Amino acid sequence: MDILNALVAILNYVIVPATAYGAQLALGALGVTLVYGILRFSNFAHGDTMAFGTAMTILFTWGFQAMGIGLGPLPTALLALPFGIAATAALILGTDRVVYAYYRKVRAAPVILVMVSVGVMFVMNGITRLLIGVDEIKFDDGARFLITAKEWKDWTGLAEPLAIRSTQALTVVVAGLVVWALFWFLAKTRSGKSMRAYSDNEDLALLSGIDPNRVVAVTWILAAALATIAGTLYGLDKSFKAFNYFQLLLPVFAAAIVGGLGSPLGAIAGGFVIAYSEVAVTYAWKKVAAYVGFESDGLLQLLSTEYKFAVSFAILIVVLLFRPTGLFKGKSV
Amino acid sequence: MSTRQPDAAAGGRMRAPLLFAAMAALIVLEGLTSGWNGALVILNMGLISAVIALGLNMQWGYAGLFNSGVVGFIALGGLAPVLVSMQPTEGAFAAGGWGVLIALAILAVTLAAAIWLNRRLRGKAKAAAMIAVLIAGFFLYRAVFDPAVAAIQAINPASQGYLGGLGLPVLLSWPLGAALAALAAWGVAKTALGLRSDYLAIATLGIGEIIVAVLRNEEWLDRGVLNVTGIPRPWPVPYEVDLQADPAFVQRMTDWGIDPVTGSTVLVKLLYTGLFGLVLAVILLGAQLALKSPWGRMMRAIRDNEISAAAMGKNVTGRHLQIFMLGAAVIGLGGAMMITLDGQMTPSSYNPLRYTFLILVMVVVGGSGNNWGSVLGAVLIWFVWIKAEVWGPTIMHLVTAPLPDGALRQHLQDSAPHMRVIIMGLILLLVLRFSPRGLLPEK
Repeated sequence: MDILNALVAILNYVIVPATAYGAQLALGALGVTLVYGILRFSNFAHGDTMAFGTAMTILFTWGFQAMGIGLGPLPTALLALPFGIAATAALILGTDRVVYAYYRKVRAAPVILVMVSVGVMFVMNGITRLLIGVDEIKFDDGARFLITAKEWKDWTGLAEPLAIRSTQALTVVVAGLVVWALFWFLAKTRSGKSMRAYSDNEDLALLSGIDPNRVVAVTWILAAALATIAGTLYGLDKSFKAFNYFQLLLPVFAAAIVGGLGSPLGAIAGGFVIAYSEVAVTYAWKKVAAYVGFESDGLLQLLSTEYKFAVSFAILIVVLLFRPTGLFKGKSV
Repeated sequence: MSTRQPDAAAGGRMRAPLLFAAMAALIVLEGLTSGWNGALVILNMGLISAVIALGLNMQWGYAGLFNSGVVGFIALGGLAPVLVSMQPTEGAFAAGGWGVLIALAILAVTLAAAIWLNRRLRGKAKAAAMIAVLIAGFFLYRAVFDPAVAAIQAINPASQGYLGGLGLPVLLSWPLGAALAALAAWGVAKTALGLRSDYLAIATLGIGEIIVAVLRNEEWLDRGVLNVTGIPRPWPVPYEVDLQADPAFVQRMTDWGIDPVTGSTVLVKLLYTGLFGLVLAVILLGAQLALKSPWGRMMRAIRDNEISAAAMGKNVTGRHLQIFMLGAAVIGLGGAMMITLDGQMTPSSYNPLRYTFLILVMVVVGGSGNNWGSVLGAVLIWFVWIKAEVWGPTIMHLVTAPLPDGALRQHLQDSAPHMRVIIMGLILLLVLRFSPRGLLPEK
């Protein structure tokens, strides 16, 4: 039974939270990688896009809650999500029109666009703070648990509890649906195909009559949608705080690079690689070790949780050193 | 397709002196309206920002390297005053100092061994050997490190609980701060340079966050979030209380018709201004000479066309590594100066928006590649950043005046201080779009 308990502990403290976190990172990294593939720059404003999208979703959620509209066991935020996406997409398309379009016209170097995205980051960060403040906000409602620890214990008779929060299950389900829809879009639709063509070879795509403005607009809408969904799921799972979203930039970028910048499949793989490593390295393994017959005085924690960003960074450095194109062969080095 | 962008360089020879005169007038105006103490506080921090901006200008302006981890290099520089000038904690070194040093040495040896294996072995054996060495090294490090840290942190945890410093004059810490930052820059640049330009941006973002995380959590080193306070002042800056207790000083101030308390605070700040101004002048002179030398021309040639510079036999990655370390050293020096001015080390105050991206705005607004521009941009943007905190609510009060009293008006007024973040973003975007060469364009 002890092996079973050890497995349940791993499931409860590592696999379940890391899967939810990995799904959130994967969605964020997909947005970064799409923008990189089509517009060819690293978008530093992506973390703040996630924050802005989440803030909009929260505002709509409050609106629905005030009107008494809800989804029963599901969080109201799910209903507000399309509105949040629409607002974010509108802001991003406006930003593209006012800011980025000019630099495409003059064919500015990618590093200039990175600098421009820092400016956009500042403005979006300020708008988010202005809208919703800097405090921590919890906006999950509906059922809290899919499986509670007590139910699990009564059901299995194991000493070790397993609790799955509804937000964790929801994250995985929504992320799965979104990824499926995105890949269907990229593979089957005309817009998706022109995006892939544009990403592979811009000149050839232009020659075949693909409208670059349309491709760019679709990319930004997808990036806005992915950022908002990722941000909202992260906020439901943990909580919303504008500064935490800025800090997500590093793991999100690391996930995109580990997978291979420009490769959607890689972004998903990268998200899970980062998330599992981060949680596994910062988890205190004392309890699991005890179940398999290894008593320890220490916590058996490789790194304290404050250093979780160091894990993303270490993986990033290893990938840069040994395989700069990433696991899935992204764009050029 | 033309890549020429609108040029705001018009203005001729008098442009720089006029802009600097205007900046000086702004500071003087601030002194006349809100008091000299406030004006000097802004100016002193502006001078430190100017040093940091000069460092970033070397990286971004001379070489086009995007450093998004400035906050980390500033923080690492800020560690130096703690290590150099604080009094050593009694018994701490005997209790755990050697342990920590040995643990760090183990870590360094482990990394060196892994690098050596990477060079010597091939294929599967390489990966297996490297992972084995790294894991063994890490556990050995933790085995030595953890008890040593526990021993240090047990000593008088309420006020000490850390190794303390060497008890030397704080001025000695400035070059140490530069060296620490350069060392970190070497580590990150060694891995990320030579790849796509974006990768350096992301790798530096990571190192910046990690350095700040280390300073926040390693209590044995700098007391972490408990902060180190009471860092001694540099020669020749006296303490206000000593001045006020000095009859000769009080006599002189009363002779001049100045309140001794105000006089002492202003004098202290003026001395800092002189000290920082001197450092800034030396760095500015060095940077100007370097930029005009063959080395500076080579740097700009590499920035403007890496491929042709490489074809001319220039070692692009090597030069980039050099300039990145040099820039980081200047940034670290600025970080050490900042902690010296504050007299305390508060690791949780290192916010990337304020210490990385605001510095980028300073360099871009001043004029990338122009040293005088970085100095002007730093003081100007710092001035605007401080004043925007005051202006924001005032403007918001005016704007919201017609609104009825209520939650919305209250919310808008409460969040007005965040306006300055938007203002900075807009300034950066406007300069990049309409005057990409900044206030003082590179010649």
